[in-house]
Amino acid sequence: MSYTKRLDGRKFDELREMKAIVGIVPNADGSALFAFGDTIAIAAVYGPKQLHPQHLQDPRRGILRCNYDMLSFSVPERKKPGPTRRSHEISKVTQWALSEIVNLEEFPNTVVDVHISILQANASTRCAGINAAALALAHAGIPMKEIVSSVSIGKIDDRIVVDVNKEEEEYEEGAGSTDIPMAFLARSKKIALFQLDGGIELEQLKDAIEAAEQACKKVYKIQQEALKDIR
Amino acid sequence: MSREVVIPGETIIAGEDYLPGDGVRREGNELVASRFGLAEISGRLVRIIPLSGVYIPRRGNIVIGRVIDITFNGWSIDINAPYLAFLPIIECPRFFNRYDLAENADIGDMIVAKVLNIKTRGVDLTLKGRGLGKLEKGMIIAVNSNKVPRVIGKEGSMINLIKEKSKCDIIVGQNGLIWLKGETIEDELFSEKAIKFVTERPFVEGLTEKTKEWLEEKKK
Amino acid sequence: MEISNLTKERIHDYLRAGKRFDGRGLFDYRDIVIETGISKNAEGSARVKIGDTEVVAGVKLGVSEPYPDSPDEGALISGVEHLPLSSPHFESGPPSIHAIEMARIVDRGIRESGFIDFKKLCIKEGEKAWTVFLDIYSINDAGNLMDASALAAVAALKTAHFPEYDKDADKVIFGSLTDKKLPLTESMPITLTYYKVNNAFILDPISLEEESSDMRISIAMSRQGKKVIINACQKSGEVTVAKDELISILEKAMDKWKQIEPKVAKLIDKK
Repeated sequence: MSYTKRLDGRKFDELREMKAIVGIVPNADGSALFAFGDTIAIAAVYGPKQLHPQHLQDPRRGILRCNYDMLSFSVPERKKPGPTRRSHEISKVTQWALSEIVNLEEFPNTVVDVHISILQANASTRCAGINAAALALAHAGIPMKEIVSSVSIGKIDDRIVVDVNKEEEEYEEGAGSTDIPMAFLARSKKIALFQLDGGIELEQLKDAIEAAEQACKKVYKIQQEALKDIR
Repeated sequence: MSREVVIPGETIIAGEDYLPGDGVRREGNELVASRFGLAEISGRLVRIIPLSGVYIPRRGNIVIGRVIDITFNGWSIDINAPYLAFLPIIECPRFFNRYDLAENADIGDMIVAKVLNIKTRGVDLTLKGRGLGKLEKGMIIAVNSNKVPRVIGKEGSMINLIKEKSKCDIIVGQNGLIWLKGETIEDELFSEKAIKFVTERPFVEGLTEKTKEWLEEKKK
Repeated sequence: MEISNLTKERIHDYLRAGKRFDGRGLFDYRDIVIETGISKNAEGSARVKIGDTEVVAGVKLGVSEPYPDSPDEGALISGVEHLPLSSPHFESGPPSIHAIEMARIVDRGIRESGFIDFKKLCIKEGEKAWTVFLDIYSINDAGNLMDASALAAVAALKTAHFPEYDKDADKVIFGSLTDKKLPLTESMPITLTYYKVNNAFILDPISLEEESSDMRISIAMSRQGKKVIINACQKSGEVTVAKDELISILEKAMDKWKQIEPKVAKLIDKK
């Protein structure tokens, strides 16, 4: 028994339909929406701005702060409003995924706030969030080396699939599901996010990483188009 | 001269001859964007003109700011930038009353000033210069600071056009705050609309002519 | 940037002349756009835009034991969150008092109008009833989040359907919606908030106007048969209001409500 056909009919290396729009929150210095199918993330950037209280300031560079959260009605079973351990962790890995590309040395003692909200969740929300955040940071004119693109890879039973949806995430037959969210920098090809949940052999994990790199190129293309579409 | 929207990490052009300017870095033979904006290649110089983002103060900029605090030796001013600005008393024209700073500029008042110095913890302002000082009456509108060059136009052509047609006094701060004062409310609203017309069309060629047509049509 | 003395004075000058900063009349609303069904995982959802102001609202349902004082009724739990994403003035953390107050006003409008038929939410008296979770989030604050939130709440409720419920297992099967709509009545509450700026009252302020306002009165009204009834009111802010001033605002609100209600109903139902 094996996962020979994806539950939603996609090819194994096929992402869901992506959507990216820049400039969706007029109040923000930069903002964007990014969607993988039914997973929709929005991100807004405020700053650089002076950081208070003073003891949090870094005199060498500005600080990047990320805050990821899901709206209560973004998931099938209502999520109680407010941060959870999960959202704290995702906020942190998001910040790590973005840290190397932003260059805040010009702005010591300041903060750049990145707020990410998940409007609708169907797995891969952190990846959609990172993609939206990268766009919002660029839109805010923050000095950046390059763009980061993120995608989740899954091992469903024994098959590597790209851009896992909820149904696949919950797959229980055979070897079940392994979730591997990753992010690649578009130019230097470095890995900025790498998490894994489940069970996978080394050789297959190598395939998964390769699949992630290829998929991130497709994500990047959508991000690129969205930023260039600004009028 | 060529211009194109680029995103961070994109190669703008390759070649040993080119020089990286603002927002551009060299990686081997390539010139690469280090921020989002409009890449401009002018002769050998490659630079990026920002399209969005917060105002970054530069020395000599004329800015409009709001008094947010008064200390023993000057005023703290919010100039819509990553850092607070400070206006020391010694940078005020002589007739300022040193013993009652609030009388000159109270909290919440608006001033037009020049950026004197940029330090790691803030920006120093001066009121020494023509046309600088506290703003009386009128109103303040905000536009994205990156659109200010468009609002001003070549050698002030755009802003002079708007001033003339709307019959308003206008001061444009490089930080995106604009002060307007007209004889009537209608004039002020009209000049505001004209400025919005300009800022909403950042990519249009021959914008001064188009704005002129728009102003003349709306004025009827 | 916060509002300057200069702009505040100018707003006062304008209002004295019966003009608004953006050219509107004192009681003109900006354009309203309502989009429903914006989140597939919600039982009902809506996005409301009033000018540049944007809020989203979603309805989730759950089954729980009814409150002892109303054993044959379901419940409503409303929340408003001012996302830091939506304004440079909003901070992360627990809801601010402004967000809490807003949620309370939205909640009272819905509850007191009888818009939700709570009795029909009862599954088994004293044991099981549906709870309606109504959550409202700001996406962009360009003034008047109050009325936008109340509107989004109503639009989300109007499009809400029950999820499947397995009685024997006592489990809600989320993700599979039934055709059965949330039991609502004709009494749709709409909230109008009048902001006092200097000596004038205005509706639907932009941020600058809202910031220069010292007091506001929110009025939620609904149709009960042939009459229009006032269901919830709140005066917010430190400044007092004179009696005749208050009465005149209530009268204005009544007229405005009658104009706006059919339009809003159309906007929600168009889908």
